[in-house]
Amino acid sequence: MQTVHAVPPQPDSLPVLEERAEILRHEAVNGEYRLMQVAAPAQAKLARAGQFFHLLCPQDDALKPFFRRPMSIYAIDAEGGRISFLYKVTGTGTKALAKLAIGERLDMLGPLGIGFSLPRGKAPIVILARGVGLATLAPLVGLAQSEGHAVTAILSARSPDLLMSVEETRAAGADAITVTDAQGNSDTGHVASLLDDLHQQGRMGALYACGSNRLLKLAQEHATRHGLFGEVAMEQQMACGLGMCFCCVRAFREGDATVHRRVCCEGPVFPLEEALGW
Amino acid sequence: MVDLSVDIGALRLANPVMPASGTFAHELAQVFDVDRLGALVIKTVTADKRIGNPTPRVAEVAGGMLNSIGIPCKGPQHFLDETVPLYRAFKAPLVASISANTPDEFARLCEMVSVPGVTAIEVNISCPNIEDDGRAFAMRPEPTLAVMRKLRAASDLPLWAKLTPNAGEIQEVAQAAEQGGADALVVANTILAMSIDITTRKPSLGKVMGGLSGPAVKPIILRMAYQCARSVAIPVIGCGGIMNAEDAIEYMLAGCSAVQVGTATFIHPSAMLSVIDGIEAWCAQNGVARVRDIIGDLAQAGDEGARNWGADMSAEKPKSGKPGEMNWEGVA
Ligand SMILES: Cc1cc2nc3c(=O)[nH]c(=O)nc-3n(C[C@H](O)[C@H](O)[C@H](O)COP(=O)(O)OP(=O)(O)OC[C@H]3O[C@@H](n4cnc5c(N)ncnc54)[C@H](O)[C@@H]3O)c2cc1C
Ligand SMILES: Cc1cc2nc3c(=O)[nH]c(=O)nc-3n(C[C@H](O)[C@H](O)[C@H](O)COP(=O)(O)O)c2cc1C
Repeated sequence: MQTVHAVPPQPDSLPVLEERAEILRHEAVNGEYRLMQVAAPAQAKLARAGQFFHLLCPQDDALKPFFRRPMSIYAIDAEGGRISFLYKVTGTGTKALAKLAIGERLDMLGPLGIGFSLPRGKAPIVILARGVGLATLAPLVGLAQSEGHAVTAILSARSPDLLMSVEETRAAGADAITVTDAQGNSDTGHVASLLDDLHQQGRMGALYACGSNRLLKLAQEHATRHGLFGEVAMEQQMACGLGMCFCCVRAFREGDATVHRRVCCEGPVFPLEEALGW
Repeated sequence: MVDLSVDIGALRLANPVMPASGTFAHELAQVFDVDRLGALVIKTVTADKRIGNPTPRVAEVAGGMLNSIGIPCKGPQHFLDETVPLYRAFKAPLVASISANTPDEFARLCEMVSVPGVTAIEVNISCPNIEDDGRAFAMRPEPTLAVMRKLRAASDLPLWAKLTPNAGEIQEVAQAAEQGGADALVVANTILAMSIDITTRKPSLGKVMGGLSGPAVKPIILRMAYQCARSVAIPVIGCGGIMNAEDAIEYMLAGCSAVQVGTATFIHPSAMLSVIDGIEAWCAQNGVARVRDIIGDLAQAGDEGARNWGADMSAEKPKSGKPGEMNWEGVA
C-alpha cells in the first residue's frame, strides 16, 4: 500500500499507484475491440470518469512494446474494486495486451489525468462519441445521470457491428442515438441536424466529444453558437504519462495565443472551445 | 547497515541515485517519496522561452526510445519564481540544469540560477553552440574549455558538465571540461539517432532525428563513462540505459561516483527506488560496508579462470588488460 508524501500544493497532487491488477474478464466485443476487467481496489476508489491508466503491455518473443500505453477508464466499480477497459487492437502494445489471459496480472499506473466535469445546475448533456471515444465517454453517462443530468449519447461507428455500449447507455437511463458510415447517417450534416433537434427540444445544455476531429469541430460550432459548456477528451502519444517528459502536447487556444498543453496531466479532458484539434 | 552516501566534489549525497534531466519533475512525488533520492536533477532551463519541437516527439525502438522534445521552456524567470520555491517542499538537494546557445548567454544564465535553493548546476553543454556553426559545445575540447571557463567565472556553485556521446574523443572533452573548472562530469546525454515507419515512409519523429536512450545505449555509455573516469580526477556521474541496480553497480565499478536514471522512470515510475534498494542489497550481500568503496573497483580483465567454467585455467594464463604502449582496446 502506498502512502502520500510531501507533494507541493497543486491541483493534480492525488496519489498515483502502480499496481499489478488481476485480470477478471477479457474478451472480444467485436472484430476490433476487446473488453478487459481487472481487480484494482485501491485504484478503483480513486478513479474518475475521463481519467486513464498507463498500462505496461507484456513483452514476448514477437512483441516488444517499450512504453506503457494510455487507456481510458471504460467502467469504474468503486465498491467492487474493479476497473474496465475497452480497447481497439491496433499495434504492438495492444496486440500484446490482447494476449493476456484471465488470472494473469496487468501492471497499471494510475489513475492519471483530469477527468470530466459537469455543467452547473441540472443541465441536460449531449455526448458525441466515435471510435475510442465510445470507451472514453462511457463512464460519463453514469456520472452525469447520478448527478441529475439527462444524457443523450450520439454513438458513431463505421458499421453497426462496431457500435459499442449502446445497451449500457440505455440501461443507465440515457437516450442513445446510433449513426454509422454503412447506414450513411454519420456525416456531419446529419449529426448537425440531430444536434439542432436536441437543442430545440431543450435537451442540449452541454456538449462532450471524443474520438473524431470532425465531431470535435461540430461540437465546437454548436457550443459556440448556443453558448454551451463543453469538454473534449484528447489523445496523444505518451511516454511518462505523469507530465514530466512533455512528449504528449497538443495545441490549444488561450486568448489570442496558441499554447501547448500536455494531454497526460493538463488533460486528457479539456475545455471544448480551447482545443485546436489535430 | 550499508553506507550509501557518496561525494560529488564537496557535495555529499545520501545515496548515488538521481534522475536524469528531462525525465523527472515534481509530478513524480505523486508516485513515491522523492526525498529518498540522492539529488533532484530537473529539466534543462534555457535562456530563452521555447515551445519545443513538432510532434511526434518520441518513438519506440528496440531496447529503448528516441526523443526530440526540443526543451520547451518558460524561461529563467519562471524557473526562479515558480520552480525553485516549489522544490523547497523537498529535502533532497535540487540540481538545476541549464543550457544556452552562446558562451556569454550560458554564463549569464548560470549566474542567474545561482540562487539559494539550488545546490548544484548541471550545465548541459550537449546543446548547439551558435558560435560554432550549431555544433554542440561538448563535441570538441576547445569550445568545451571556453564555455566552462565562462561558466566557472559566473558561479560559485558546483558545476556538473553534461557531455554528449556524439563526440569523437570524449576523454579529451572530459579533460577540457575539468580544466575549465567543472566539479563533476555527467556522462552522458542521448545518442543522435533516427527511425522510419516503412508503412508511411515517414521518419518516426516530427523533427526527423532525435536522441536514443534506454537499455540500448548502456554498453556504449558505460564504455564512455569508464574512459572519462580514467581521464579526469573529478567525479563522473554515469547516465545511460540504467534500468536496475545491476546496471548502476556496473557504472560504479567502471568508475562512476553516482548515477542518473532517465528512461527507466517512464516504464516504472519508481525505478529509482528499486535501484537504491537493489544497490543496498547487493552491498550487504557482498560485504561492502560503504558503497563508495566500489567506485572504480574493477577487477582486471582477461582472467579466463574467473569465468569459473569448471576447468582450472588459472595456472599459466597471461594477464591482459595492462596498459601497453599501443592502445588496442576495442579492436576487433
Ligand atoms: C488518454 C488516452 C486514452 C485512451 N483511451 C483509449 C481507449 O479507451 N481505448 C482504445 O482503444 N484506445 C485508447 N487510446 C489510444 C491508445 O492509447 C492507442 O490505441 C494505443 O496506445 C496504441 O498502441 P499500439 O502499440 O497498439 O499501437 P502502435 O501504433 O504500435 O503504437 C506506437 C506508439 O504510438 C502510440 N499511439 C498509437 N496510437 C495512439 C493513440 N491513438 N493515442 C495515443 N498514443 C497512441 C502508442 O502508445 C505507442 O507509443 C487512448 C489514448 C489516450 C492518450
Ligand atoms: C524525454 C527525454 C527528455 C530529455 N531531456 C533532457 C534535457 O532537458 N536535458 C538534458 O541534459 N538531458 C535530457 N535528456 C537526456 C537524459 O537526461 C539522459 O541523459 C538520457 O536519456 C540517457 O539516460 P537514460 O538512458 O537513463 O534515459 C532527456 C531524455 C529523454 C528521454
